[in-house]
Amino acid sequence: MAKVIYEKPKGITDAITHYCPGCTHGIIHGLVAESLEELGVLGESIGVAPVGCAVLAYNYFNCDMQEAAHGRAPAVATGIKRVLPDRTVFTYQGDGDLAAIGTAEIVHAAARGENITVIFVNNAIYGMTGGQMAPTTLLGQVTTTTPYGRKPEANGFPIRICEMLSTLEGAAYVARVSVHDINNIRKAKKAIKEAFQTQIDRKGFSIVEVLSTCPTNWGLTPAEAIKWLKNNMIPHYPLATFKSPWGVK
Amino acid sequence: MAARGNVIFDNERCKGCELCTTVCPVGIIEMSSRLNSRGYHFSQVKEGMMEKCIACGFCGMTCPDFVIKVERL
Ligand SMILES: Cc1ncc(C[n+]2csc(CCOP(=O)(O)OP(=O)(O)O)c2C)c(N)n1
Ligand code: SF4
Ligand code: SF4
Ligand code: SF4
Ligand SMILES: [Mg+2]
Repeated sequence: MAKVIYEKPKGITDAITHYCPGCTHGIIHGLVAESLEELGVLGESIGVAPVGCAVLAYNYFNCDMQEAAHGRAPAVATGIKRVLPDRTVFTYQGDGDLAAIGTAEIVHAAARGENITVIFVNNAIYGMTGGQMAPTTLLGQVTTTTPYGRKPEANGFPIRICEMLSTLEGAAYVARVSVHDINNIRKAKKAIKEAFQTQIDRKGFSIVEVLSTCPTNWGLTPAEAIKWLKNNMIPHYPLATFKSPWGVK
Repeated sequence: MAARGNVIFDNERCKGCELCTTVCPVGIIEMSSRLNSRGYHFSQVKEGMMEKCIACGFCGMTCPDFVIKVERL
């Protein structure tokens, strides 16, 4: 009998996503869905979708979903988790959503040690709205609002969210991963599972930052975008587990 | 002998991004010259090459659109 090595996870609906060809949002959706299924919590999970390209994520995750106003997903997730503490509650947010308009929400959710899991998709740009600079945009990176490249004098410096949130006692699990190759896709899945396990064990706030591509607004082919992420994003956003209930190496 | 595999593509889901072709360790995935109903050149295994598949699953794991099912025979 043939053994299935890979197929569309049960936590993903049959809907064809609206994401651009080769956008790694889809890979990250798959890892979240597989993790929930493998931990046996898919049926009791509640996700909170952001504003950004993942705004329609409620059509793609095969669990209960709630849409939040821009940047407010951690506040909405806080309310859901406090009313339904036995459910596994997660937000799925882009870098514009989480690190710009939603900075207050994410900082205070982490500071409160809110027992929710945050999947933070950092593609260094506002994808949905046409490629404007995000707080995570790299220095020198060309976007529609930094046509000559991001300059610190005018545009400030890129924010490292994981390093910043790691200073808060309430943050129990903080990791940055990437999906630019098979080895890193595996590591990303492991981190996402650990983040959900942190919540299941009631240890407090968990966040996984996933470095992701935006081929469309970076102006690259999907394969070129993967290389650009590896060569440009990882040097500024080092991949690491910053905090974990099980200790960090 | 390496494990033999079988890959099944749900062509209508494919967006022609070509990422699966870049990760196959035995290089057997190519883009079709044909289009699916949404206008994308879809991926496929090269003619007669399925027996080279080692069932690693990399193509499925990499595809952002859940096009590919991988079986070990
Ligand atoms: C209150 C409010 N302000 C601004 C916008 C415009 N807006 C929509 S999505 C977005 C940023 C999206 O970027 P990101 O969160 O990084 O998601 P991505 O599309 O890159 O995945 C902005 C500024 C909005 N919808 N609502
Ligand atoms: S605009 Fe960028 S982030 Fe949004 S779906 Fe397209 S490639 Fe993905
Ligand atoms: S399972 Fe591995 S060997 Fe087979 S087609 Fe996919 S990537 Fe290639
Ligand atoms: S990775 Fe998926 S969407 Fe992209 S070409 Fe291959 S099968 Fe099609
Ligand atoms: Mg973004």
